[in-house]
Amino acid sequence: MAQSSTEPTIAALDRKPKKNKNIVVRMFKQWDIQLMVWPGLLLVFVFSYLPMYGVLTSFMDYSIFTGGNIWANPWVGFKHFKMFFEAPEFFEVMRNTIVISLLKFVIGFPAPIALALMLNEVRHMVFKRVVQTITYLPHFMSWVIVAGLTMAMLSTENGSVNMLLEKIRLIDEPVNFLSIKEYFWSILVSANVWKEIGFGSIVYLAAISGVDPHLYEAADIDGASKFRQIYFITIPSILPVIIIFMILSIGNLLNAGFEDILLLATNPVLRPVSDVIDTYVYRVGLSNFRYSYATAVGLFKAVISIGLLTMANYLARRSGNSLW
Amino acid sequence: MKRLGFSDRTMIILIYVFLIALSFSCFYPFWNALVVSFNLGIDTSKGGVTFWPRAFSLENYEIVFKDERLINGFFVTVGRTVVGTLSSILMTAILAYGMTKRELIGRNFYMFFFVFTMYFGGGLIPTYLLISSLGLMNKFLVFIIPALISVWNMIIFRTFFKSLPVGLEESAQMDGATNWGILFRIVLPLSGPVIATLSLFTAVAHWNDWFVPSIYISNEKLIPIQTMLQQILNANIVTEMSSNLDTASAARIESLRTVTTKSLRMATMMVATIPIVLVYPFVQKYFVKGVLIGSLKE
Repeated sequence: MAQSSTEPTIAALDRKPKKNKNIVVRMFKQWDIQLMVWPGLLLVFVFSYLPMYGVLTSFMDYSIFTGGNIWANPWVGFKHFKMFFEAPEFFEVMRNTIVISLLKFVIGFPAPIALALMLNEVRHMVFKRVVQTITYLPHFMSWVIVAGLTMAMLSTENGSVNMLLEKIRLIDEPVNFLSIKEYFWSILVSANVWKEIGFGSIVYLAAISGVDPHLYEAADIDGASKFRQIYFITIPSILPVIIIFMILSIGNLLNAGFEDILLLATNPVLRPVSDVIDTYVYRVGLSNFRYSYATAVGLFKAVISIGLLTMANYLARRSGNSLW
Repeated sequence: MKRLGFSDRTMIILIYVFLIALSFSCFYPFWNALVVSFNLGIDTSKGGVTFWPRAFSLENYEIVFKDERLINGFFVTVGRTVVGTLSSILMTAILAYGMTKRELIGRNFYMFFFVFTMYFGGGLIPTYLLISSLGLMNKFLVFIIPALISVWNMIIFRTFFKSLPVGLEESAQMDGATNWGILFRIVLPLSGPVIATLSLFTAVAHWNDWFVPSIYISNEKLIPIQTMLQQILNANIVTEMSSNLDTASAARIESLRTVTTKSLRMATMMVATIPIVLVYPFVQKYFVKGVLIGSLKE
């Protein structure tokens, strides 16, 4: 991430007198600290950089029988990319990806901020602690558990939601919520907000606790209501933090989710509204074994994501916080 | 604060009501699952089981604990969590300490090399092909080795190490301590909170991971409980589960027919969740600090 501005200059000063010596010799001289980083470099090279080299197969017709030597596969240029753009699923997949990630952003981003603002008004410390403990908990559950709980709650066989709705006479018979297309996005976004709202509020609570208390005292003397204090003191004070996190999430715009969708949309009826780029790659790649095609789709997403990220970083720089 | 106006009071009341509702919504699904898991399956299917077991029974757990595959899965999960967390924290801490050294040649390049992977990766299929060509398919090590280095944790460690007083290291150096000695004798012992936080996050990630085994593992002996749970939720393997029982208890259960798919699912889910729920309150005070080091990075 961003380095503090003094480091490079100090490093440069360090280097100058020795510049004539061979870099390899100098590295051997500090073998003890080089030895600390080289295992890490090697592991990251193997597990993060080698797969990047593997994206070349998206320009080939990859066959599993050529073994490790990917150069043995024939080059086919942009064939797989074209295939994706012309595929009948293309429109749906792109629409779902964008709509789901926008919904998650529009609802999931402000929710923890609102929770933090509310928690901050709570003067009863035990109550506050209990609320925090309970709302942080879902963050530590796997999506398997969260999806399982969601299914249990929405189940037609005595799921609590159906029981409640029947009791208050909103519905006459149980509704199978997870097999109705119209409900899927709401369920997915709710489950996400439910899982992350508490944990997401930690950062904002910390930011709020850094606000100068004199400001509130002054506002109290002026007779400002709580609501006005929040609006005119708290929110402006934590705005920088909010902006940084907002910019950071731009880079995630194509990450509509993967595990959550895979686990909640088990009913194939939902596919027209649940299929996003990542689940599509998973399905065509690992279930249908169309490796090159799936890699091409994945690369397409990665390229757009990098574009978005560069944009986000440009915005971040202008607000004084570079991402790298 | 003593003289709250009418609108202020209304707002505070609304906030309390909302927070209670939110906490309830976060708590109830767990509680209900726990209640259902302790309730006789056939009774649950009559409906209306919400806050308290109506027909208390340990039968669901009896069946779950008699299923050898689930027990095996539980121990696979425990094993990968312990081994994976210890090895990853150690490797990442060593790397992070090396990266704090000003004199490290190539440090800026190394940093870029690591950080780049946070934003760009090869994607699912190339990674899958790599893992299979490395011969890691169906090996326990597939849980451990690819997860040894976490760049994110490395950055948090590094930030923390940098915040330690420089004087400590300098005086140790004067006493003739080597860099490795300083790391293990001085730096790591002073890093308790950050080690606790990052261990918690790493352990939770290992505990909760169902996806890696679902694509790399086909050997039943190596499937962790979360992946099993996902398969249970997806398909109906409960009948299979009861067929795994020894004949005596199978016959008994058959005669009683009190177990349902739902009650067994809930019991399995609880077995996979309770360890986290039990550990988490004790580490809560640490992770709040950890999250802040990570996000504010100063």
